Order: sequence, then structure tokens, then C-alpha cells
Amino acid sequence: MAVRANEITVPRGRPGAAARVRQWLDGESVLGPVFVTPALLLLLLLVAYPFVMAVYFAMSNAFIGRPSHWVGLRNFIALWDSDIFRQTFQNAFVFTGISVAFKVVLGITLALLLNEQLWFKRMIRGAVLLPWVIPTALSTLGWWWMFNSLYSVVNWTGIAMGLMDPPGPNWLGQKYYAMAAVITVNVWRGLPFFAITILAGLVSIPRELYEAAEADGAGANARFWHVTLPLLKPVLAVVVLFSTIFTFSDFNIVYVLTRGGPITSTHLFATLSRVVGIDTGRIGEGAAISLYLFPLLVFVVWAQLRFVRKQVY
Amino acid sequence: MSKRPRLRKATQHLLLVPFLVFALFPFYHMTLTSLKQDRELYDRHAVPLIIREAPTLEHYGKLLWETEFLTWTKNSLLVTVLATSVSVVIGTVAAYALARLRFFGVGPFGTGIFVTYLVPTTLLFLPLAQVVNWLGLGDSKWALVLTYPTFLVPFCTWLLMGYFRTVPKEVEECAMVDGATRIQALWRIVLPIAIPGLVCAVLFAFTLSWNEFIYALTFTSSSDQITASVGVTSELIRGDIYFWGELMAGAILGSVPIVILYVFFLDYYVSGLTAGAIK
Repeated sequence: MAVRANEITVPRGRPGAAARVRQWLDGESVLGPVFVTPALLLLLLLVAYPFVMAVYFAMSNAFIGRPSHWVGLRNFIALWDSDIFRQTFQNAFVFTGISVAFKVVLGITLALLLNEQLWFKRMIRGAVLLPWVIPTALSTLGWWWMFNSLYSVVNWTGIAMGLMDPPGPNWLGQKYYAMAAVITVNVWRGLPFFAITILAGLVSIPRELYEAAEADGAGANARFWHVTLPLLKPVLAVVVLFSTIFTFSDFNIVYVLTRGGPITSTHLFATLSRVVGIDTGRIGEGAAISLYLFPLLVFVVWAQLRFVRKQVY
Repeated sequence: MSKRPRLRKATQHLLLVPFLVFALFPFYHMTLTSLKQDRELYDRHAVPLIIREAPTLEHYGKLLWETEFLTWTKNSLLVTVLATSVSVVIGTVAAYALARLRFFGVGPFGTGIFVTYLVPTTLLFLPLAQVVNWLGLGDSKWALVLTYPTFLVPFCTWLLMGYFRTVPKEVEECAMVDGATRIQALWRIVLPIAIPGLVCAVLFAFTLSWNEFIYALTFTSSSDQITASVGVTSELIRGDIYFWGELMAGAILGSVPIVILYVFFLDYYVSGLTAGAIK
């Protein structure tokens, strides 16, 4: 069959130039590179090249509108003498650690609830996912207003319910409360990603496993710990790795909510890097700060490629 | 027998309530704030959870006619539509090649796409700001059209690669046996089958670029070049006096295009979100 069909398509006479180009393009070793060229150029010029530049900047004393000189690792080392940077370093780990932990626990809980037969299933899913699609900078403005020192609706509700003493905490003006606030908003924003992805993992667990476990006398708790959780591990690993890199490099929430304050108690690498690199023009130092994100990125990429994506392209 | 499952079901719904309140309350409160009269808004003894006095559209009016909000929204739309279209096209052909064709360098390039997808924008905004200036695009929305594809293309490519893999190879082989070239097979057979994936890619690219903040904040600053997110967060806040009504109205209107898409394409969002992590 195949041979005959091929015979029919053999053009009679000499093929035209257009036909020859088409035939040439049809080879995988030609069409493949042609198809990836635009993406490749883009990534080389606007990702790889800027990255190399960032490394160069970080190793120079680049200052806006001034010729720069090579200073080696001095920026990276000098940062450790700065209280602001050490505080930022600590903040990044506190912020990421606590946020991701909350997102995992709440995400699993929410996914388990969503996995049940629910009334208005679509509406509930839609509602749960909403914080994730709304532009973060804009929704964070809403939270900024909710944490406002004078008119905080959070405090008003807390006081009305007898949970807080009036006037309630000044959320964005006190060190630990401010950190709690940025973490809350990050959890709020990131929870849908965890819940929906974990839900997809839950759906793919075969029902028979639960039935078998139930037949063996396993209660709901035992089923969760011995069936659900082990089978969710791969999905959880992906979600946690992904979220870690994006939480660690977060910018929007802190920038809108606290600008890194009070003092520097909520600065993250990205926000500090912007203040130093753009606002004060010390590009070299700013680039060095943002490059502190790099080791974590390397680790996440390595872990993803090593453990999660075993298939080769 | 019938009572216990019902009780169980009621409990599950009850347990969902805190999650729903957590997810939705900020939007509810933003909407209320945007509709309240200033007198009630700044009355510290008023109940903030409801509107007691007549709601007003005054804040929306001020936002639309007394600020540059419409310009910012137009900029957002222009940048988003252009960046999305370019990225989806580049991503589609790259994804097809990576998923289907065998050629020199396909493996490393696939890994490269995946790695770039993970590179956060906050790592590159400083050097990119210099690139943008060198190209003479400083403080111009075209800088955003140019740079948004750096995160959209890896994302689209990655998402679509998964979709192309689900299209059986035999379908296009059949078409090619019947005399179609590979490009014709891609155009007439594979792409129509992959439409759900393409819709997903378009939606996500649109949402990601509409939501983008740090590039927009860093590469543009003039009132006629900035996007809605940047405009609302920086231009509506002047000095120490915040106009909360207008701010909340801006936050809500700035989210409207995404919400409209979201309402119509919810299932695509859900499937795209899960495809992203699991495939």
C-alpha cells in the first residue's frame, strides 16, 4: 500500500524549484533545525547572553553610565559584610521554607477535599484557582489595603471575633508581622497550583488500591499514609521543586506589600537586587545579589533532570 | 445507611469553606472598597465587611477619566497580544521539532528549553535592562514585546511538546504517505488535533504576560508606556495619601481581561496547570 501511494506522488518531469525546496525541507535533519532556530536565537540573545552579562556585571564595579572595572569575586564577598544582605539571605530562606511548607500541607488538604464528590464542583474549582490567575501585583494591592494600619479589615474582624486586642497588630510596620503578611499572600497566591496539581495526582491513583487496602482493614488514615502519600511522591516532588525556585525568586508580593521593609526585614534577593541595581545604580552589586539565586536554580534543575524527567527528548 | 454518606458530604463541604473564604475574600473586599463612598470608606467605626450607604461608581469614573488608566490598559493589551502571538508561533514550531523530528542537537536543545523555563525573570532583569537600553528601547513598551517571549517561548514550547506527543505518529505518517509534505501534515493534520493544546498555550501566554511585573516596572516608566499593573501600583500612589477607592477599582479593572478569559476557559486553565507539572 505504502509503496503504491508513494509512486503516485512522484512528480512527472523535472521538479520545479519550489518543489525541490519543499522536498529538501522535508528531511528531518533540515526541518528540525529550521523549526528550532527562532527559539534558539531568542534564547541565545535574550537569555544566555544577558546571563553571561549578569555574571560579568557581578564581577565588576559597574555603575550606571560609568566604565566598569573587573573586580573578581569582590562583590560577592563584600555582600557578606553588609547587614542588609545577610538579613535578606535569611529572609529568603524563612520566606521560602515557611511558604512552601504551608502550601504543601494546605495543598494536600485542599486537593483531598476537591477530589470528593462535591456539589458545584466546577464553581468550587474555579473559585479556588482564582488567586493564581489574577495579576499578582494587583491582587497584592488588595492585601495591602487589608493589612492597612488604620483600616485593616483583618484586624477589624479579629477584634470583632475576640481574637485580637484592639487595635491589633500593625501588619506591615512590624518585623515579624510583616514577614507573616508576605508569607500569607504568597501562600494565598501559590496554593491553587499545589491544590490543582496534587488533585491531578490523586485522580490518577487507581481505585483498586484503595479497595484492596480497605479489604485489608486499613482505615482512612492508614489509606492516606500508605497508599495516597507514597503514590503522590513524584507529583509532590515536582510541585515542591517548581514552587521553591519561584518562591525563592519572588518579587511582586514583597515589592508591592512592604518594599522590603520595615527596615529590611522582608527583603528578598530580587527586591534588594532591584533597589541596589536600579534605584541606586550599583549594577555590579545588584547583579551579584540576584546571582545568589543561581545555586538554588542549579540544584532544582539538577534534581528535576535527575529524578523527575527520566525520559530523554 | 443513607444518613452517614450525607453527613460525610456535608462535612466535606464545610471543611472547604475556610479555603473558599481565604481564596475569595480579598476580591470581595477589593470590590466593596471600590464601590464605597469615601465617607464610609474612611469611617473607622463602620463595619468594613458590607456596604451600608449607597454604593458609588465615583472611583471608577475618576480612574477612567482622571488618570491614564485607559492608556495603561491599551499598552498591556498591545504588549500581551503581540508577545503572545509571536511566542505561540515560535513555541509551536520548536515544540513540533522537539517532539517529532530527529536532528543534530535535539536532546541538548530540549533540555535547554526546560532549563530556561525555570530561570526566573528576577535573575535577568538587570542585564536585560542594559540590552534594552543599547537597542534604544529604553522606556518603551516595545522593550516588553521583545523581552516577554524570553519566558513565554520556553513555556509554550514545553507545554506543546507534551501535546504533540499525545498525537499518534501514525496520523501524520498516513497523510505523508498520501503525498503531503511534513509541513502540510503539520498544518492540516497535527495542528487541528492539537487545538486544545494551542488554546492552552495561548491562554497561559496571555495570562503570564498580562501578569508580568518586574520587566514592565524596570524597562518602562513614562505614563504613556507602562502597563496596567505598573500604572496602578506606581502612578496611583503619590505621596502619603492613598486613594484606596481608585486603587481598588484599578486593581479590579486591571484584572478584568484575565477574568473574562478565565470564566470561558476554566477547564483549559486546569488542564494546562496540571500538564505543566506532570508531563
